[in-house]
Amino acid sequence: MDKDGNSLTGAPTRDGAIELSGAEMVIRALKDQGVKHIFGYPGGAVLPIYDALFAVEGITHVLCRHEQGATHAAEGYARSTGKPGVVLVTSGPGATNAVTGLTDALMDSIPIVVLTGQVATHLIGNDAFQECDTVGITRPCTKHNWLVKDVNDLSRVIHEAFQIATTGRPGPVVVDIPKDVQFKKGAYVMPDSVRHRTYKPKIEPDLKAIVKAIDLMANAKKPLFYTGGGIINSGPEASRLLRELVKLTGFPITSTLMGLGAYPASEPEWLGMLGMHGSYEANHAMHDCDVLICLGARFDDRVTGAVDKFSPNSKKIHLDIDASQINKNVRVDLPIVADAAHALKEMLHFWKTQRRKVDAPALKEWWREIERWREKKSLAFKNSATIIKPQHAIDRLYALTRGKDVYITTEVGQHQMWAAQRFKFEEPNRWMTSGGLGTMGYGLPAAVGVQMAHPDSLVIDIAGEASVQMTMQEMSTAVQYELPIKIFILNNLYMGMVRQWQQLLHGGRYSHSYSEALPDFVKLADAFGCVGLRADKPDELDDKIREMIAVKRPVLFDCRVDPKENCYPMIPSGAAHNEMILSDADDGSPTEEGKVLV
Amino acid sequence: MQQKSPAIERHTIAVLVDNEAGVLARVIGLFSGRGYNIESLTVAEVDHAAHTSRVTIVTSGTPQVIEQIEAQLGRLVAVHRVHNWTTSAPGIEREMALVKVAGSGEKRVEAMRIGEIFRAHVVDTTHTSFIFEITGAPSKIDNFVELMRPLGLVDVSRTGVAAIARGTEAM
Repeated sequence: MDKDGNSLTGAPTRDGAIELSGAEMVIRALKDQGVKHIFGYPGGAVLPIYDALFAVEGITHVLCRHEQGATHAAEGYARSTGKPGVVLVTSGPGATNAVTGLTDALMDSIPIVVLTGQVATHLIGNDAFQECDTVGITRPCTKHNWLVKDVNDLSRVIHEAFQIATTGRPGPVVVDIPKDVQFKKGAYVMPDSVRHRTYKPKIEPDLKAIVKAIDLMANAKKPLFYTGGGIINSGPEASRLLRELVKLTGFPITSTLMGLGAYPASEPEWLGMLGMHGSYEANHAMHDCDVLICLGARFDDRVTGAVDKFSPNSKKIHLDIDASQINKNVRVDLPIVADAAHALKEMLHFWKTQRRKVDAPALKEWWREIERWREKKSLAFKNSATIIKPQHAIDRLYALTRGKDVYITTEVGQHQMWAAQRFKFEEPNRWMTSGGLGTMGYGLPAAVGVQMAHPDSLVIDIAGEASVQMTMQEMSTAVQYELPIKIFILNNLYMGMVRQWQQLLHGGRYSHSYSEALPDFVKLADAFGCVGLRADKPDELDDKIREMIAVKRPVLFDCRVDPKENCYPMIPSGAAHNEMILSDADDGSPTEEGKVLV
Repeated sequence: MQQKSPAIERHTIAVLVDNEAGVLARVIGLFSGRGYNIESLTVAEVDHAAHTSRVTIVTSGTPQVIEQIEAQLGRLVAVHRVHNWTTSAPGIEREMALVKVAGSGEKRVEAMRIGEIFRAHVVDTTHTSFIFEITGAPSKIDNFVELMRPLGLVDVSRTGVAAIARGTEAM
């Protein structure tokens, strides 16, 4: 137990339970759940918990500069470790500021446990100072939430919260704790005594469905694996099994934004990311395949494009741990509701024991077709000797960080898509990005969380100058905790993706997408007490990147790139996968129907 | 693939939930948040010892939407079971309504006569009004209310649908 001799061990009550105050229970429960780091911000309604935290050893509290930053840091921590991220914030604005991070975690299935203070129970509903209806506000943006009115429920609820956040399809949870409950004494229960009445996620696959799936795979002429964040969330074993299955079959594989790293980008079966800014070969393979094996992805609109033209000739197998994803956007032929690793294990087992063989001649022909699409080199761009092209900047960042222990986070926009296209991930849990919600400002605090979990690794936020200003204050957090995160800003002066859409869809009327005033990021770095670097010309880029990597302090890197560059290839809104545009020269005029899609 | 013009169907769905604070808000919030319809909603605790409540929802949508509604309900942490009475073996659906009719003379007599045909009970009367209590399938109540309209219909209160399986099986 505690080395510091504080009261978290408590006195046994008559029935053998441990008696603690609510605030002590919170800390004790976190310890019993194996929590080592908390991202938080104190305030009136959580003062008793902060008091209990004061002398505790074994838990590091990271003081963020905004509650949104705390939630994204917890997300980065969770995604890079596979462990839940924990957030502690106060009532009212503390809770409402956490809403963006909660929604982000819900959309991307990231396990975070957010503890919020609440006004005392007798004040709830009175419009008290810093009161808000936290459970009401967070109900639609959490997997589950609780308001704990009785201290005797508190430890059970926190243990349940961890269980629900981390099992099944992971997601964010909120435990709202009124201040008087934090002071009251009650009985503490241990995690292993908690059994939830209704919550039982389905983990094991239906074996008949598995056999049908390998039947379809063995008879496929043009098969394709389409994998997503579910493989990452299932854990490293799922990635390992996926690699084995891909090698065993020799099928091509593509992945969503969230699934990058589950299959190594250097392997020949890898077609690159698919979707709106996916590779030509991945999207064409998706359109033309005859058996689509979707593993832990959810047929998101960024992936499918126009749903009625999506992969029209394929039999679709859909593995997901969440039954509500089946037939949500696209009707599938063979649903499998299970955890990815469990299902992959069974697929491999039956494939091997039933001595299944692929249709080798057909597969060879299919690969020949894919090679023809590959020859388009859809990620190629025209480099420049006078101005830094953003694609070139990412290529150099990738080249100069090879062989290093690298984690990448991003903000949202063009830079995010370029990073997804060009940075080649070999391992899962190395890529932290806001996929579902598309939260500008995610990457910097996420990098804080990642670096906290991996103090000796190279953690880089590939950022845009617009996004990064949304949570810029978290640089102070990085400085305070000596987290040497690298904020690599592709500074094109515009909200690049907004500008690109305005060019392609709104007649080049660049309405409010240009930042007339920007901070001097080098001076700003100085003000924060970290290191500022700037690269203006292609010939200085490599040296500056090397300098950034060598510095063992947080860095703001202002990389001045071509403000007019667009992100290609692209499926215009409302178009099919085989109607991609590859450059500004292609006619990407959208249909009226396409214009209304985001 | 997507159906071109899928028909809108009406379904009755029962949900067994833990009767904990905010559980009804979770169910209703799911419908409003995802743009589903609620045509009627009935909820009450059905097992006081186990603190479970049964929510019966009449909703409408395409078959794909109905399938999503069932799956999304099943995903809520506080939900024990979800059952669709429209797609499974036929159950019994009943609704109760209180119907107030005001009038005198021939209309009053006619209202009374129709009430008898529908086996409605009169639970309150004055010289110029009746309150009928009527139980039946929602369509029967619809018919009754329509017949009362020209006879001095003043007010209607309906409970929404309760549903249960025929035979020996529980939901």
